[in-house]
Amino acid sequence: MSDPANSGVPILRLGDVLVTGLLDELDDKAAMAFTEELTQRIVADRATGVLIDISRLELVDSFVARILMELATTTRLLGARVIVAGMRPAVAITLVELGLGLPGVATAVNAEQGMAVLGWQRHPGSQAAGREAAHAPWR
Amino acid sequence: MRPGDDPSPGLVAVEDHHPQTAAVEDHHPQAAATRLGPTHSGQAAETAGGSASRHPIRSEEHLLTARHAVRAATLDVGFTLVDQTRVVTAASELVRNAYIHGGGGTLTIEVVRRADVRGLRLTVTDHGPGISDLDAAFTDGYTTGPGLGHGLGGARRLMDDFRIHTAEGHGTTVVATRWTTPP
Repeated sequence: MSDPANSGVPILRLGDVLVTGLLDELDDKAAMAFTEELTQRIVADRATGVLIDISRLELVDSFVARILMELATTTRLLGARVIVAGMRPAVAITLVELGLGLPGVATAVNAEQGMAVLGWQRHPGSQAAGREAAHAPWR
Repeated sequence: MRPGDDPSPGLVAVEDHHPQTAAVEDHHPQAAATRLGPTHSGQAAETAGGSASRHPIRSEEHLLTARHAVRAATLDVGFTLVDQTRVVTAASELVRNAYIHGGGGTLTIEVVRRADVRGLRLTVTDHGPGISDLDAAFTDGYTTGPGLGHGLGGARRLMDDFRIHTAEGHGTTVVATRWTTPP
């Protein structure tokens, strides 16, 4: 975790969306490294959307809130959008009391909803459409 | 970064909060500290529950270990999930403040009892430069460091009792308690 260039957080690409998630164990340095990595990947992969799953986060303090807000802004400047998905209810309550409503950060109740907002669609029943759908699940 | 490194006060949003003065008394922080927040009549009946643990705040890693220790303590005391999250989040803010602004310090976690109610008391002490302008430090959006400026005021809102004891050049001690049922 001391390597500033590597946060150790996986960033997956699904079409033009990057999918990633945060863990409680992320320390401050790793969080900053993650921000850098993610923004570089947005450009390198020409991503139009980023899904950040935070369902594993047991707390979001002002430091993590700042990371999320800056990521949302940076990503927007790069022409992509971030959806933060899966915030725990207790975390949401605490964040509001902390005075942090995460302005400018788009959210979704879970990763699946977040992907839908980013234009990624499930096609139930389209399995029959076969190979074509499997090759082009994106729109 | 320490207060004073950055002469610009940053964004100052005015919030209704209790004005206070900085108390100077290093060895009896609780007696000398200025009370913030509501005063409780049952204060005198508070007793420590016996278990207190001390955790150093000297590295980034300590921010995590301190948080884990507080989480474990909230489970022992029997807080609800939301209260656990409140207390651990407040601890995270206070410990990070001590690390970033105070150059490191100590977190003490105590189980306390008042009548039949159990609570958790966090005492975060640093020997940094102290806070010269407490009013500003409690104002949401005010920061001299890399954060959002919600740490101190936010931590106070997340806890039931919150006392701060600081003096320029003499460090800062925060004593914050949350009870398992609201006072």
